[in-house]
Amino acid sequence: MVNDARRIAAHHAELAARDSYGRLLSILAARTGDIAGAEDALAEALAAAVAQWPRDGAPANPIAWLLTVARRSIGHAAGRRRTAEAAAGAVRLLQDEREAAVEAPFGDQRLALMFVCAHPAIEIEAQAPLMLQTVLGLDAARIAASFLVSSATMGQRLVRAKRKIRDAGIAFAIPEPAEARTRIGGVLAAVYAAYGTAWEDVTGADDKLAGLTSEAIWLARLLGDLLPDDPEVMGLLSLMLHCESRRAARRDADGRYVPLHRQDTARWSREMVREAEALLRRASQHAQPGRFQTEAAIQSLHAHQRLTGERFTAPLAGLYDMLASFAPTTGVLVARAVAHAENGDHAAGLAQLYAIAGAGAYQPWWAAQARICWLAGDEGAAERAAQTAAGLSNDPSVRRFLLDGGFREVPAAS
Amino acid sequence: MLLFNETPEEMGKRTDPAQADAYWGGWTAYMGAIAQSGAMVSGNGLQPPDVSTTIRVENGKRHVVDGPFTDTKEILGGYVILDVAYLDGALEWAARAPCVSAGSVEIRPVMPPPPAPTN
Repeated sequence: MVNDARRIAAHHAELAARDSYGRLLSILAARTGDIAGAEDALAEALAAAVAQWPRDGAPANPIAWLLTVARRSIGHAAGRRRTAEAAAGAVRLLQDEREAAVEAPFGDQRLALMFVCAHPAIEIEAQAPLMLQTVLGLDAARIAASFLVSSATMGQRLVRAKRKIRDAGIAFAIPEPAEARTRIGGVLAAVYAAYGTAWEDVTGADDKLAGLTSEAIWLARLLGDLLPDDPEVMGLLSLMLHCESRRAARRDADGRYVPLHRQDTARWSREMVREAEALLRRASQHAQPGRFQTEAAIQSLHAHQRLTGERFTAPLAGLYDMLASFAPTTGVLVARAVAHAENGDHAAGLAQLYAIAGAGAYQPWWAAQARICWLAGDEGAAERAAQTAAGLSNDPSVRRFLLDGGFREVPAAS
Repeated sequence: MLLFNETPEEMGKRTDPAQADAYWGGWTAYMGAIAQSGAMVSGNGLQPPDVSTTIRVENGKRHVVDGPFTDTKEILGGYVILDVAYLDGALEWAARAPCVSAGSVEIRPVMPPPPAPTN
């Protein structure tokens, strides 16, 4: 009990730190466009706080204190870099301090920061990591491990992206409504990439990014606070909550992978399912369908299939068609092929699968092939594909599931 | 080059009737997937250290001993040479190795061959 309380307290402290980190960094970087410089200044301010607060007591307004100290060190650094601008910098700094002293609550620049991170000029692989680092303050090594690249690669990627933001003069501003609508897709996609996809309806989900799911959900909630009327934001949060609600059921007592059709639904988080469903209903009232609402609707149907025992294979195939029109990614196209095969159209499923180019080392493609071939009655091809899918999986229990012929299982109408 | 290090327990699965099928099944699938992707240059599994022999020469004298030179927590169980352009490609394969969660996988670049003599 005590440990639980301590864990919860620690978790809240972490959330608070996360909350103020992104807030402070976005305010600092918004002025200069220099994220790396703002990170250094914030790190200095936090170090100063750690040294002084225990000794002198915490200031009445910790955020204002940190902001002032960080701005001062940005001012110094900028002064060292550009003496010509020093005077102007000092004037601005004084202005800032006056503002900081009276400004409460602080303006929230985090949405602008998220738009900057997901700017089309930033390489796509860097967008989600950049958001995790700048908005949540996660360290590069942890992000690198989640995305399965070396720390050096991730470090370079982040440095390059920050340099680009500074040198290309990418504006720290929330785009005009018309442009925001087109650009929000990139922001949502980056948050979703941080969550990591788990195609639970294809036997062989790879839980590669399991470590960052709660961070990604936190980002989606933040987006929901900042953009309360955007149905796609609701859709993204609904989708993630549906996936997250099954976390406890996705592994058995021995840590083995349990596919959706075998999960014990009593272990699903009903609270998350309820919240996900409410979000999806609220989103649908806007009558502006989009990628994430469609994905959430798919997960909602999967949940209903398990909870009611009904099969919704036809509407699922239709939803996947719709999703493929919004976001024809390899993952979506693979899942769509399986959905059509599950709905009895094996030929269409196979044709769609073989039409996907460059999926040779993509584990879900092979897992899907095993399932579709088996549904079409080609046992030999199914086994060969399952063998390859097992070899491509980096999860021992998914490997086991495939080698033990898990692709043969008819999703039980429990 | 990927060097597959296994814990003694993991290597022990090779000969445990209850676990051998799953053990070899996993490795066969993994090696098959590398081969199928076209990244495989060569590779071998290695027999366990109880059949290894180590030789050293000290002061001109040969010492031949049974077993590995040192006792380590992890045992080299095999290796593959991959043809991939970057570390990240090798990392992706290394993360899929059956022993990555029961041991470790070390990734080492292979040295380029020395330049041909010009005469």
